Amino acid sequence: MAIQNILIFSVLILLYRLLLKNMPRGWFMLVVSCLSVFWLQPALPIRYLDFWLPVTTLAVTIFSWAVTTPPETRDFKASLPTFLAIAGIILLMGLTRLLSLTGLIAPSRPPQLIQITIALGGIALVFWLLARPKRIIPVLLIGSIISLIALLVILKFPPLTTWISAQLRLLAGQAAALASPLDIRWLGFSYIAFRLIHTIRDRQSGKLPVVALQEYVNYVIFFPAVTAGPIDRLERFIADLRKPSPLDSKQFLDGGQRLAVGMFKKFVLADALALIALNAGNATQITSGGWTWVLLYAFAFQIYLDFSGYTDIAIGLGRWLGINLPENFNHPYLKPNLTQFWNNWHMTLTQWFRAYYFNPVTRAMRGSKKPLPAWFILFFTQVTTMVLIGMWHGITWSFIIWGLWQGIGLFVQNRYSEWARPRTASISSRPGWGKALAGLNILLTFNYLALGWVWFTIPDPYLAAAVLGRLFGA
Amino acid sequence: MDAKFLQAVIIRAFILLAVLAAIILAIDPTRGLGKVSLYNHLFPGRERFPYGENPQRSYNMTMNDLDAMFASHAVAQDKTDDEFRVFVFGDSSVWGTLLGNDETLTGQLNQQGIETCDGKKVVFYNLGYPTISLQKDALLLNRTLAYQPDLILWPLTLEAFSGMNPATSPLLDINREEVNRLFPSAKNEDQEKMSFLDRVQAQRRGLADWFRYQIYGVLWAATGIDQDLSQSWEPAQRDFEPDSTFNGRDQFDLAAELDFTPLSTGIDLAGNTPVWLVNEPILVSRGENNQLRYNFFYPRWAYDAFREAMQAKAESEGWTYFDLWDVIPEGEFTNSAIHLTAAGEKLLSYRIAEKMQTTLGCQ
Repeated sequence: MAIQNILIFSVLILLYRLLLKNMPRGWFMLVVSCLSVFWLQPALPIRYLDFWLPVTTLAVTIFSWAVTTPPETRDFKASLPTFLAIAGIILLMGLTRLLSLTGLIAPSRPPQLIQITIALGGIALVFWLLARPKRIIPVLLIGSIISLIALLVILKFPPLTTWISAQLRLLAGQAAALASPLDIRWLGFSYIAFRLIHTIRDRQSGKLPVVALQEYVNYVIFFPAVTAGPIDRLERFIADLRKPSPLDSKQFLDGGQRLAVGMFKKFVLADALALIALNAGNATQITSGGWTWVLLYAFAFQIYLDFSGYTDIAIGLGRWLGINLPENFNHPYLKPNLTQFWNNWHMTLTQWFRAYYFNPVTRAMRGSKKPLPAWFILFFTQVTTMVLIGMWHGITWSFIIWGLWQGIGLFVQNRYSEWARPRTASISSRPGWGKALAGLNILLTFNYLALGWVWFTIPDPYLAAAVLGRLFGA
Repeated sequence: MDAKFLQAVIIRAFILLAVLAAIILAIDPTRGLGKVSLYNHLFPGRERFPYGENPQRSYNMTMNDLDAMFASHAVAQDKTDDEFRVFVFGDSSVWGTLLGNDETLTGQLNQQGIETCDGKKVVFYNLGYPTISLQKDALLLNRTLAYQPDLILWPLTLEAFSGMNPATSPLLDINREEVNRLFPSAKNEDQEKMSFLDRVQAQRRGLADWFRYQIYGVLWAATGIDQDLSQSWEPAQRDFEPDSTFNGRDQFDLAAELDFTPLSTGIDLAGNTPVWLVNEPILVSRGENNQLRYNFFYPRWAYDAFREAMQAKAESEGWTYFDLWDVIPEGEFTNSAIHLTAAGEKLLSYRIAEKMQTTLGCQ
């Protein structure tokens, strides 16, 4: 989200709160969120793709609602206005083709209306087919999860993204040779997919609350959080949504303060640090180890301030709408060990992985017929969880190594803590020593994390290894 | 939420913003701020003035605040007792477009390890700036006197004279007040008018630029890079249409229109510090229609008239002047008729060093 997007969202929310008080909140959120998936979608070189991707986001969301909602609670009559509103917004976006509004809301010229109408017909048909069964079909749920993961893999694995891009270019009558992974930048899909998988998994386990189509769509593509999270939970989100929440002065000031802090973090601090942060371009140009450390620290703070700034902005805008989005960061760099860091860094993502990967796998391994050593279970689950988190950012060697770095670090820190706790207890209890030890731990943890960022920011693992070497004088 | 409450918040916010803007405009922190610099303290001073069209790759950016420009330059460092300072002014050919710092004219001159007769180390400072204007050179020269030059080297070319180049230097427009003080006769009233909003915007831009420029100091210190040398470029034009016009005009009395005021102003400003004028090398093409034009900029008749007039003026005024217009072979030019390759700069540096040895009287 650029600064003008945020300002326009802020004005829209305040105007709604002041002038459209009688308009139900859900409808306001639905309209703005649906428009936002088009408005915030980056322009793409493949013809019409930046129109079809937002349409797919909306389609996948309503399909997921149909799949996850128990038949007895699927109220089509009640859902019809929402469906029609979404279809209307898609048509409206298509109409901008005729009104020379290209670039104002849609990133580029939309396809012809006939194509859009056919697509809407197709979406309606699939929606109807998915919603027809008189019971929840488990295979549909599993199929939905597999499809979402497959889409994520396509988007995250550069060779596959390039291949798909080439096919799409051929379909659009464009040069396949120019295909690039950047051709398919799908606004917020990493977050959208995780929200959808959360609802599908919770439906499988019977924990998902029953929600209306409008509530579901609002949860998945809530406009303050659509680009960079946080990844809320459906039950928490709808609890806020269903609660009457007139904007009082406290909420307004709290939200405004959060918004201002977020914008300062992102657009002043993070963007300034971005000028000097370590990257693949400057990594080969730095002439000394000392300056490499400076650039690495700049990156460490830039990524934190950028990401937590966006979270603050989302939380601030959410508060103005009466939605208390979950916190995502809690002073992560001030934590004395990796476990605590990961409990306080991108918290909603780690909670997601904990709920849908780490805990189930740990339970399964503990319950296996052939008992496995506890250390091995811990090692396996921690390392694979972190590798998966790495791959969520991109399926590349760099992100995999970054995941391994974090996973192995977590395991070693866990083992070390177990070993050291009784031995350092007497030192920690001495006045002043406890604080000194905590300070040392914070410093060590931060530097371990900072070194890990080298793998994250430099896509070429060989170059990243060379940079790590240079940091230590090699 | 109470509409009155929101109204009150918005009104107060606007009042605060307006008051803050008025205070900032009145104080104009950019004036004093430019003198504050992390360069030469936390980061090494830059070896040439800030200029960059692609800051993210060149770790450099175009600044128009003279204070900030000088404060970041290595020239702002204290002069040592055994140092003989030579300030080299000029356009992009001196600044070193497409050249690393060690490949520029000053870089090459410094590598020669020249010493004065009394054993002082001659240190050349690159004070070129990539726009062609003698007024701009004089403006910079005026500021540099505080940094104790022992000798000023002033390469120039025909297009640097007022009226000989349709392009203007933004540095002159932004620092109009100072330019008008230096050249009262050239004062242009229209250029002084700036609306309130323009002033606010210019001030904000100045602040933001200063801030970004200080940040880029980290990458300058870390990499030593101040120009994106990876950019591709088109070689300077060698073949021409049968056209002998200069800035759209043909065969006019060029000598009569040459305004030497910036040169005399600069030399006067320098006072006792010797100023050496150098007619900088140009590309002498051997391509199509070379009998009409030396290069893209200059038809032969105009450039010959300029050389003649310049020589005559230097002689009549007693200026030290070296005409090095054709000392560089055609193959040693890059993307313009005045931009040299590293080898070309080296060649030029030898010629200048030779003149220095002769003129300073040391063998």
